[in-house]
Amino acid sequence: MRELITLHVNGERREIAVAPHHTLLEVLREDLGLIGTRHGCELGECGACTVLIDGLPSLSCLVLPIEVQESEITTIEGVEANGQLHPLQETFAELGAAQCGYCTPGILLSGIALLRDHPQPTREQMKEALAGNLCRCTGYTKIYEAVEAAAGRMAERRDAQ
Amino acid sequence: MSKQHMLNKPETPASQPAYRVIGTPRPKVDAYAKVTGRALYADDIMLPRMVYGRLLRSPHPHARILSIDASRALALPGVLAVITGEDLPRKYGILPSSQDEYALAIEKVRYVGDPVAAVAALDPDILDEALKLIHVEYEVLPALMSIDEALAHPENKINDEARIGNIHKAVSYEFGEVEAGFAAADYVREDWFYYEGNNHAPMEEHACVASWEPNPADPVGGRLTLWSSTQTPHYVHRELSKVLNLPRSHVRVIAPNVGGGFGGKSDPFSHEICACELSRRIARPVKITCTREEVFLNHRGRHPVKMWIKTGVKRDGTLTAMHFRSFLDGGAYGSYGIATTYYTGALQTVTYKLPAYKFEGMRLFTNKPPCGPKRGHGTTQPRYAVEVHLDKIARDLGIDPVELRRRNLIEPYTRTVNGLRVTSCALGECLDAVVERSGWYDFHRGKSGLNGNAASEKTEHPAIRRGIGIAASSYICGAGKPIYWNDLPHSAVQIRLDRGGGVTVYCGATDIGQGSTSVLAYVVAEELGIEPEDIHLETADTTLTPVDLGSYSSRVTFMAGNAAIGAARRLKEQLFAVAAEHLRVPVERLQAGGGVIYDESDPGTTLPFVLAIELSEARFGALVSSGSYAPPEGISGNYKGSGVGPSPAYSYSTCVAQVAVDVETGEVNVEKLWLAHDVGQSINPLLVAGQVEGGAYMGYGEAVMEQQVFRKGRHKIPSLLDYKLPTTLDTPEIETILIEIPDREGPFGGKEAGQGPLNPVIPAIANAVYDATGARIDEVPITPDKVLKALKAASTATGAARPQVAPIQAPSPWPTRLVKWQPEALDGAQDMSDEHMQNADASSSIVMKGGQS
Repeated sequence: MRELITLHVNGERREIAVAPHHTLLEVLREDLGLIGTRHGCELGECGACTVLIDGLPSLSCLVLPIEVQESEITTIEGVEANGQLHPLQETFAELGAAQCGYCTPGILLSGIALLRDHPQPTREQMKEALAGNLCRCTGYTKIYEAVEAAAGRMAERRDAQ
Repeated sequence: MSKQHMLNKPETPASQPAYRVIGTPRPKVDAYAKVTGRALYADDIMLPRMVYGRLLRSPHPHARILSIDASRALALPGVLAVITGEDLPRKYGILPSSQDEYALAIEKVRYVGDPVAAVAALDPDILDEALKLIHVEYEVLPALMSIDEALAHPENKINDEARIGNIHKAVSYEFGEVEAGFAAADYVREDWFYYEGNNHAPMEEHACVASWEPNPADPVGGRLTLWSSTQTPHYVHRELSKVLNLPRSHVRVIAPNVGGGFGGKSDPFSHEICACELSRRIARPVKITCTREEVFLNHRGRHPVKMWIKTGVKRDGTLTAMHFRSFLDGGAYGSYGIATTYYTGALQTVTYKLPAYKFEGMRLFTNKPPCGPKRGHGTTQPRYAVEVHLDKIARDLGIDPVELRRRNLIEPYTRTVNGLRVTSCALGECLDAVVERSGWYDFHRGKSGLNGNAASEKTEHPAIRRGIGIAASSYICGAGKPIYWNDLPHSAVQIRLDRGGGVTVYCGATDIGQGSTSVLAYVVAEELGIEPEDIHLETADTTLTPVDLGSYSSRVTFMAGNAAIGAARRLKEQLFAVAAEHLRVPVERLQAGGGVIYDESDPGTTLPFVLAIELSEARFGALVSSGSYAPPEGISGNYKGSGVGPSPAYSYSTCVAQVAVDVETGEVNVEKLWLAHDVGQSINPLLVAGQVEGGAYMGYGEAVMEQQVFRKGRHKIPSLLDYKLPTTLDTPEIETILIEIPDREGPFGGKEAGQGPLNPVIPAIANAVYDATGARIDEVPITPDKVLKALKAASTATGAARPQVAPIQAPSPWPTRLVKWQPEALDGAQDMSDEHMQNADASSSIVMKGGQS
């Protein structure tokens, strides 16, 4: 049996009928077509399904949509605005931080939350913030470099304003 | 290029041109699709009327199937079709010599997870219910779960492909004068090692969508398209055609973005074949997405291998002979296993000069998920064993481990004792680089007299012991022979120019994250004088693109890169021909760059690229070209079995690892890895460094935590909750050093980077653990329990520590004919030509053909 719920995703109000036992991950991907949120383990271990719920990185495979109807949900599709990328997306692309790209949306969302809370994060803070996001391609090195470069770019843009 | 990765450019030949695109750090062509979530992977494909499929898998490691009753599942509302083994009765397998798999088991299941039935239903929730309603009656058979059990019970035959008992394949070779080599040695040492198996664990789980489109006007009945997360669309295409009994012209396989592979997506898989068959039956698209548990069951991962090595050396450390034996635990099916078996022996001669070498290998069937190729395919385990073994010899002789290696390095442009042609080789430069950068000698000086604790000046827990270890390795830049016997190109590229200035590049190469699509764009952009962003790319589509054999054996940059150069140069000839006339400049003076064709003596004289295309099209008609590549002949020995190991070039890597071991808890903390890699020429240094770092990371995981273990016939930990992968908190700092001495045959001098850099990491860590603690753990992964056991043995034993790896009683004689071969057999027949020749000689040995043994 499906149930009618309301979700606030990427600034849009969406009314949808969902199977109540389906996870937020399934609903985002299958019902809303937001395929940038990936799956890799079904257990909350890999971080590929990370989204922001009220700004906090959350594993959408462990969340039921019914619980988050009052919350603002941000997926990777909601990070860019009219084609304008977040600085972390720019530096990920420029510095080779995305190889196969499968874990990338989840890591970007964790990284964006980190940069919001710590505009100049140390390597230790990065490791702590990204510990829930597995990447099998990069060895994380290029990811740290991209976070550092984005921090610098964001600071420059703040100063310029 | 970030400052962390200083690029060494030891000597750039004066003749080498300056490149505009090649060698410059730049975003991958698909980088923006990936960072915005737009990139489509197989599971992201949703087609109209698409339904879902899933496999029912065996709960028993070894059992006879007595009956299957699917009637209750079929009666469930929403279930559209159920198929079993009898519906797909044709055998297949990636190697022509190991055709031992059915899409769904017939008569017998051979491991927990062996697929037995497949269901299509309207939605995934119904599939859960339907699978429970299929009743399979089994007669459970005894399961063999290890190399020793498989050898001990030949009467309990798991797989009919086995030649004798459960021995899938045995090989035996002797190169040079082995007995004389040992007789000439001042010192001989023997060791046993064990390397546990592990899974690739790419972040993307295998997934596919199959779509059968019926066409009554077509005698075949319709056409099939499969989108799949595969590294080898070409081989999947061939096997699908065979199993489904469809002409290849009616089957199209497309690899969309692939979320990592590392070798785990290189076989044709049951779920791919079943999705196709289900789609054909119901004439609707069918999607099958594997769960993480199923990824562990699909497996095809690192073979567990037990190894014995005996090596003779002179007093100064010069190698005189080596005898190497490998015993591979292959799991239930063949997969790439025959090639893996050869690879455990073939490349020992490519890192160090071995004047005499004997290799005996055997692969055994067990009741476990089939093993196959994982990054470093078959060479990772012996590299670990040999590098630790040599470290022991160095200690025994009182020689610095770096020095022992330096005295034995293979030299560029030579032949190995087993007949392999070695071209460019910067192993010595790699060794120098990691030794210098890691401060190897300072570390040892600082350590002397400090009882294994180099960091005693720091206030730190007294149980911490620091150590440093080194290792070297080599790897192929593409397999010299294709998987199935043929004389065709291994890689081909077509380019189409349109009069609007559009450039479209077509190639079967499959980007699994390593950046092969970007490499195509860089190469063509360099040649045509345009930007990579000007190029549209169509890849990994068996209908639309010319063949590339696949993303395995580190072959794509070398082979597709050379094919792309060929195709681009043909077009450039046409463009230059008209440009020369138009500009009234001799064609030899023309260059392409910055979107124009110009006179190099007078760079102001230019013809825009778009105009050149228009003029050429008017002259020659529509502009298309192709280029193709096959490795040269004459790069291997001329004995049976010489087809595994040859490659148009070899990459070289060295690694220094620094570890801190807690002798109270046994915990190994790898603090830093220095990795130097001989890549010939970076096509894009960012991507090369990314491959080196990824290889270092994966090697680190294999060295200290990743392992595939079984209990009562079942995978003990088939989830990412229990199967440990390195997170950001575990992964050591990695310092990458790229050594760039262009190879004569590589595209712009480039060589591989995807697999080689993993190999030295594991032995470097193992050697560092010994350096830190004085205890040898001759087994990976090096987990805390093993460290504590080894430390205890070392402290309680009066003499040497007990051997930790139980020897295997090798069958005597080795159960296959010994092939003896002398490198002199090649004299006069050698072809050291550096031209990119097509395969012209079909008579040389081809390993994968049926009837190999």
